[in-house]
Amino acid sequence: MLHIYILLPFLAALLIGLAAKKVDRIHTGWFVLPVPAVLFILFISKLPILAEGKIVQSIANWIPSLDIQLSFYLDGLSMLFSLLITGIGSLVVLYSIFYLSKKEQLVHFYVYLLLFMGSMLGVVLSDNVFVLYTFWEFTSISSFLLIGFWFYRERSTYGAQKSMLVTVFGGLAMLGALILLSITAETNSIREMIANRSDIMESDLFIPILLLLLIGAFTKSAQFPFHSWLPDAMEAPTPVSAYLHSATMVKAGIYLVARFSLIFSGTDVFFIIVSGVGLITLCLGSILASRQTDLKGILAYSTISQLGMIMTMLGFGTGIATLAAIFHIFNHATFKGSLFMIAGIVDHETGTRDIRRLGGLYTFMPISATLAFFGAFSMAGIPLPIFNGFLSKEMFFDSSLKLEQTSGFAGTFAEWIPLLAVIGSIFTFVYSMYLVFGTFTGKAKLDQLEKKPHEAPIGMLISPIILIGFVVLIGLLPNLINESILAPAVVSVTGDYAQIHLKFWHGLNGPLYMSLIVVAIGTILALTLKRWQPIYNRVPGKFSTDRIYQSIVNGLLSFSSKFTKFYMTGSLRLYTSIILVFLVLATSIFIYVTDGFKIAFDDLAPVTWPEVLVGFVMAVAAIATIWMTQRIAAIIVIGVVGYGLSLLFVFFRAPDLALTQLIVETITVALFLLCFAHLPKLKKSDKKPSEKLVDFVIAASTGALLTIVAISAHSSKFFESISKYFVDNSYKLGGGDNIVNVILVDFRGLDTLFEIAVLGLAALGIYAMIKYRDKGDMNP
Amino acid sequence: MEILMSILAGTLFAAGVYLILQKQLLKIVLGTALLSHGAHLFILTMGKLNRGKPPILIEGVKNYTDPLPQALILTSIVISFGVTSFLLVLAYRTYQSNKTDMMDQLRGTDDE
Repeated sequence: MLHIYILLPFLAALLIGLAAKKVDRIHTGWFVLPVPAVLFILFISKLPILAEGKIVQSIANWIPSLDIQLSFYLDGLSMLFSLLITGIGSLVVLYSIFYLSKKEQLVHFYVYLLLFMGSMLGVVLSDNVFVLYTFWEFTSISSFLLIGFWFYRERSTYGAQKSMLVTVFGGLAMLGALILLSITAETNSIREMIANRSDIMESDLFIPILLLLLIGAFTKSAQFPFHSWLPDAMEAPTPVSAYLHSATMVKAGIYLVARFSLIFSGTDVFFIIVSGVGLITLCLGSILASRQTDLKGILAYSTISQLGMIMTMLGFGTGIATLAAIFHIFNHATFKGSLFMIAGIVDHETGTRDIRRLGGLYTFMPISATLAFFGAFSMAGIPLPIFNGFLSKEMFFDSSLKLEQTSGFAGTFAEWIPLLAVIGSIFTFVYSMYLVFGTFTGKAKLDQLEKKPHEAPIGMLISPIILIGFVVLIGLLPNLINESILAPAVVSVTGDYAQIHLKFWHGLNGPLYMSLIVVAIGTILALTLKRWQPIYNRVPGKFSTDRIYQSIVNGLLSFSSKFTKFYMTGSLRLYTSIILVFLVLATSIFIYVTDGFKIAFDDLAPVTWPEVLVGFVMAVAAIATIWMTQRIAAIIVIGVVGYGLSLLFVFFRAPDLALTQLIVETITVALFLLCFAHLPKLKKSDKKPSEKLVDFVIAASTGALLTIVAISAHSSKFFESISKYFVDNSYKLGGGDNIVNVILVDFRGLDTLFEIAVLGLAALGIYAMIKYRDKGDMNP
Repeated sequence: MEILMSILAGTLFAAGVYLILQKQLLKIVLGTALLSHGAHLFILTMGKLNRGKPPILIEGVKNYTDPLPQALILTSIVISFGVTSFLLVLAYRTYQSNKTDMMDQLRGTDDE
């Protein structure tokens, strides 16, 4: 069943091009919209099953020999993400129908979007870690394609490349972790890994696994110091930013940490790294957001900061923190998704996203403005019972005060967390206010806008209205989703769960004071923003992760170009030498390591003088070719080798070979004679002695290697020869007495057919080369 | 005998490789011819030499020399003939067009 859910977007991606070709009057988005909508309803219909504490699963074999199965399962955590992917997906597709004009490459856009949707579902539903990894990389690729959708813009391609490099780097680290996990736990299934978690926790590889896995999660979820790709990803069309870069894909890292929480959570290392990085990201993201001038830039840093907050709570690992994290994943998707859509509307209707040129838009677009105020107040955590963002933030403060770590460094660290949480939240408050008040209030600067602003069409407003509807609804009635969606998700993360009733008013307690401090200081800072914003310019740019990324990329590029120039000299001789040296080294090391050399004297044909004599003459002739300076002499010695070989075939009872070799040798010699007449004389080699020595060593070692391989091959017979089959069946099946001929034309008839094809090609080539010799170019 | 033949195959190979590493096109063509001779001998030695009659069915004979390497070599002889002739004509054409048969002067163009 789940297979079909995941397959559906991929199938739709295949078919969408056809539909768009047939009907070009209708916006392609209308064909796409049913896919996430139907999936959303299907996932909703599974909610009762989860409520009973069961899970939905389905398995199909993919690569059984490697224990890689397409096994998918739907538990509380997967359900939450699936609902976000399909639910926000539907709204984003609806929004995009009005956002993207029909002149754009709509088929490309929707194919990428559907690819992403399918892969993201794959990530959150996979049980097999390697299947998860495959889908994970698919999301990186589709994100790359979507960011680069306007590929003719330089910023787009830069952002696309950056996001690709950073997330794929993290993906590879994660693959390392998954391989180590599968070795340690002796299974590829996530659920079995969790069941065998004691094996992993006691293993020496615990720390490397944890670190590699977290690199994967941190790069995907844009955590410090890997956050700098997300602001550059804002070059994507706004529906994409709302969908991939705030609601779903960037939460894949969160998903990964949550999914493996049962294995890692509770250890000091996990707590310090995850909460530490999360807090740094929370503070850094919110502080940097307050200096941005691009609306989407503010939202990008805000997303980074909010993801940091969720990560922090997962690091806490306590029941209430996990519930808050899960709750906030949901809330963030609602308010941030709607804010992105409003930013897109502002961009669409005014032609700019630069907050310095905007202002006073409330009078022109009152509906959008109202929606934006709700979204931003929810994000800022204004203590009113209509904002869901306040509820989860309150729980964040609450959980930061109730940490259990009491000893050692982790204990000291835990004491500082409430302070950092408050600082991060103050700046969150500041940029939220900066965002909406800067855009919608104050004096309108109409002369700086490209178009006269007006309210967006109703189609564009539907999606943000629905999302803001959720903000208010959940703010008023948080327990609506508590039991059905949040609780099962918390159970999948922590294993057990004591029901916590969500409510607005907890009395005058620590968290409420923290919220009030945030609002008070935040208001002061927001009002005086213009005065202290210049401080940002004093921070030297040297330490920015952007610069570090750039210097790494530049360094890699110049290194690889230098390295390539070092061996790609254009000299075929050098290439041949490198190939041969590698062949000799690799093979001989392998023979040495596996002790592959064998020599057996017990099963040899007797040595007879005629054969030895012929062989000796051939060897002398072959070596003599090296020193030949006369063309005719060279032909003679090469002829000696060829005819000698046919003699050997006679001795070794291969009549067909002897005949063929005789004929071929004769023709070859004739051909040599023909061509040599037109070719210059053979020259003595003008190489330096040292070069000659190198050539000699390479040649001698290649020859010696061949001898060793030949002797070993002869001396060790691992299997019965299959020749007996041909001897027995030559007459019975092929109807011929000459076994070699029967093999060639009957048993291996196709091989012979291709051999003839090769000859035909060679003949055509030769014909072409001779035919067009006088025209000076090969193209007739 | 098999060991002696292995050494002979190795010698042919060594001479062939040495020629391939030279600069003159002609020598390279000669080298490939030697290489294919060496390879044929190599395949033949991998089976067993001189065990039983030639592989042509005769009433009452039970033992035949291994026919399989022979079939492989037969294919290979024909193909190496094709390759050698192609290379020869290629060398001839290259010389006609470029007036040189030295590899280090035939280096392609810069924009490759």
